[in-house]
Amino acid sequence: MRRVAIVGAGLTKFYRNVQETPKELAYEAAKMALDSCEMKLSDIDCVVIGTAPDAFDGLHMKGEYLTDGSGGYRKPYMRHYVGGGTGVLSPIHGWFHVASGMFDTCLVVAEEKMSSAYPHPAGAFLTIFDHTTEQPLYPTLIWIFAIEMNRFMTTYGYRKEDIALVAVKNKKNAMDHPSAQLPGEITVEDVLNSEIMAWPVNRLDISPTSDGAAAIVLAAEHVARRVTEKPIWIDGVGWALDTAYWCTRDLYYPDYVEVAARMAYKMAGIKEPSKEIHIAEPYDPFTYKELHHIEGLLLCKRGESVQMLLDGVTQRTGNLPCCPSGGALGVGNPIAATGLMKIIEIFLQLREEAGKRQVPGKPTCGVAQAWGDLMQVGTVVVMRS
Amino acid sequence: MEIMEKDVAKTATKLKTQQILEGKVLSVKWEPNLKYAWDNGPALGRYLAELKNGRIIAKKCNKCHRIMIPPRMFCELCWRPTDEWVFVKDTGIVNTWVVSYVDWKAGRLDIKGGVRPITPAVIEIDGASKGMGILHLLDEVDPWKIYRGMRVKAVWKPAEERIGAITDIKYFKPIE
Amino acid sequence: MTKRVAIIGIGTTGFRATTPDLSYRELTYEAATKAYLDAGIEPKDVDAFVSTAEDFFEGYSIADEYSPDQLGAVLKPIYTIPGDFIHSLASAYMMILSGIGDIMVVQGMSKASNMLTLSELVTFAMDPIYNRPLKESPHAVAGMEMARFMYETGTTREQCAKVVVKNKKNALTNPLAGHGVLIDPDYVLNSEIVSFPLTQMDISPHSDGAVVVVLAEEKTAKSLSDKPIWIRGIGWCSDTPGLETRNWAEAVYAQIAAEMAYKMAGIRYPRKEINFAEVNDEFSYKELQHLEAMRICKKGEAGPLTEMGGTEIDGEFPVNPSGGCLGVGNLYELNGGHKVLEVVRQLRGEAGKNQLKDVTTGIAQSWRGIPTTTGTVVILSN
Repeated sequence: MRRVAIVGAGLTKFYRNVQETPKELAYEAAKMALDSCEMKLSDIDCVVIGTAPDAFDGLHMKGEYLTDGSGGYRKPYMRHYVGGGTGVLSPIHGWFHVASGMFDTCLVVAEEKMSSAYPHPAGAFLTIFDHTTEQPLYPTLIWIFAIEMNRFMTTYGYRKEDIALVAVKNKKNAMDHPSAQLPGEITVEDVLNSEIMAWPVNRLDISPTSDGAAAIVLAAEHVARRVTEKPIWIDGVGWALDTAYWCTRDLYYPDYVEVAARMAYKMAGIKEPSKEIHIAEPYDPFTYKELHHIEGLLLCKRGESVQMLLDGVTQRTGNLPCCPSGGALGVGNPIAATGLMKIIEIFLQLREEAGKRQVPGKPTCGVAQAWGDLMQVGTVVVMRS
Repeated sequence: MEIMEKDVAKTATKLKTQQILEGKVLSVKWEPNLKYAWDNGPALGRYLAELKNGRIIAKKCNKCHRIMIPPRMFCELCWRPTDEWVFVKDTGIVNTWVVSYVDWKAGRLDIKGGVRPITPAVIEIDGASKGMGILHLLDEVDPWKIYRGMRVKAVWKPAEERIGAITDIKYFKPIE
Repeated sequence: MTKRVAIIGIGTTGFRATTPDLSYRELTYEAATKAYLDAGIEPKDVDAFVSTAEDFFEGYSIADEYSPDQLGAVLKPIYTIPGDFIHSLASAYMMILSGIGDIMVVQGMSKASNMLTLSELVTFAMDPIYNRPLKESPHAVAGMEMARFMYETGTTREQCAKVVVKNKKNALTNPLAGHGVLIDPDYVLNSEIVSFPLTQMDISPHSDGAVVVVLAEEKTAKSLSDKPIWIRGIGWCSDTPGLETRNWAEAVYAQIAAEMAYKMAGIRYPRKEINFAEVNDEFSYKELQHLEAMRICKKGEAGPLTEMGGTEIDGEFPVNPSGGCLGVGNLYELNGGHKVLEVVRQLRGEAGKNQLKDVTTGIAQSWRGIPTTTGTVVILSN
């Protein structure tokens, strides 16, 4: 198996409404990624694009539209897709391109412009539900996540005021992130007193609607060593989907994340994840999701994630910093771009180039994870310096 | 290569919704007019036909012995065709639920004006295998008094109004 | 490339204008069951799955949600490619080379009959600022391309009509095809003009159906299959999405994708080293344009070759012996899947009345349709 490294990264600002078109956002991130490792588009053998529902940007066959903005013009260019998990699937798909020996370099781009869906992208989510058995009830995405959060809380007796700490932590972390859309110092009371969206989910439990793009450059070992002194290796990849009959699953535990994590850990030779992994970027579009995913990633035992949070283990200065970037809750959540933003955060942290966000202790092994669809997909990448 | 404020500052230009609405920033509108007519197939077809009859039907897999709702022609876990049709009850228990102040477009309900929050739930249907739930709505109940394990029963539309849809059940309500 | 990869199982429902009796779940379940039986495997033997779906074709946002159940892929590695089926095939192929596993499954499905507003949908794929406000019909784009292609190559409308006649005739003896009919070129030329020079009969009608393909690494392939069909070369490429800047005469995407596949397969003279082709013929002229882009014909030669019967089943270089999109139906993201299926059937000697004699290497090519410039190519040998 060929070793594949991340050698460059680019990220746009995340905002609610940006003037740039989806193409231009993709271009900005891709250009920055190439510049960061002093490469030109002509050095790139192939391009992969990750972007979530076409309904957001309001473009049928969105991958086709993004071709030129992503640098895919007249190149082998392919789009991949697992809903909200797409961002972390992106480096995985790019990894296949290079690890297979077919290509030496791959530009991985992720873009989302959710504000195009007017008046609110939530409307675009109606059609993710089964058209016969669920859509006639006019469900919304917030419902099903609140349903999952409730089940998670009931199982372990978790309290809302404890879960709210995730928002406090991540929004604070985001204050040091240059791309952040919603950084800030808030309190648990702010979260609990924010508008009720769908109990148990309040306004500040949810990540915002965002526009943004991210990109990375992948290279095979012989190229990576030439391009940079600090390649960050992709050592493990994993992904899995659970059944679409989501009402028949017990939502308290994300089996799909565990299956994906075990696949990635096996490839990376990780036997004790909670000891061998120094830093994590679990997907946190909702507060409870960070905890749910920490459990699925086997970074703690089931039912212990809240205690970990209360003990400060997941703080930037803790033993296992989680979402040091500020996560989807703080930096913003342009779906596919968020997943790749998390990959970029681990990349920077392992290179000790995360500036004010740098976690102490010279981390050498990190994991990024995303999730999506009808609460059914897990995508996991293990990276090492 | 630390990503700095100066690197990302010019990558995206922030707009306010107001600037777009007032035409200060030009924009293009497009309302897609997309229509679909989905073929439901034999499993969901029968499910809908029975809903019109005021009954709920499931299908059984004789390998894993699950009685599955909604019914399906094949068992996704055993990877084999399912076996007999089984009528299940129109009662069940609440597995998990939510008290929603928003509609499907994230539009806010006028809760202060007296509008009742929407209370969707996963309901495990009696007669189906444990854990076999469907998404539906709860009503005729205080939203804040719903609990896991609460027993509920379907409230059907009158026979002449039923069309063969999941909405032939208006909602589920608690039973004592 | 150290590893060799073969197709060891194929399964399909066949292709019909409508399939009101089955849902998308059951369509794929049928194709998957057949493919697994053909390969002698069960879903538990599969290391990873790739499905092919485009949100608005399926009528779902995040259509990949509905991919695992009907493939037996619950809690298994599976993802979706919103592209052509051959993109998915390439993705699965790369997974095997990367060492992810030895057995991969690729799925594609079309429920085109369920889309009631196809024209509006294609417009929705155009640039929202530059193109959509003009409310051009998708067929106007095809008509413009056809006109420019004819102008540059000297191809005639009669030659394009001959493609339609040939493919719809081939479809008559292909039990999987749904749009076979016996007509003459005049029938095509005199049919209703949609967007001149394009007539109604130059456009392929749509079809429903599903295809599932099982891939395996060499050792596994040889132990499981008597007739493995080897992937020798694969390529994919996207040209510009812009209507304003594209090359309207030549299918540059098909050219680049084909050269990538030829290089991998070590093919220098495709016309000699390949025996037959299944190419995208969503519009009649596209078959000719693609043959020229792929160097199977010289520029301007595909029309005359077709006119002389050189691309018929008993011709010197058979093209679309299955009936192509014109005879089988336009399957959207599944188009490439149908092409691969038919090349495999020919190379295995399972194509019945449409069987070609002594074929060892075939090429399958696909295109993502109006308004894209994305194409895929795969070269297969027995």
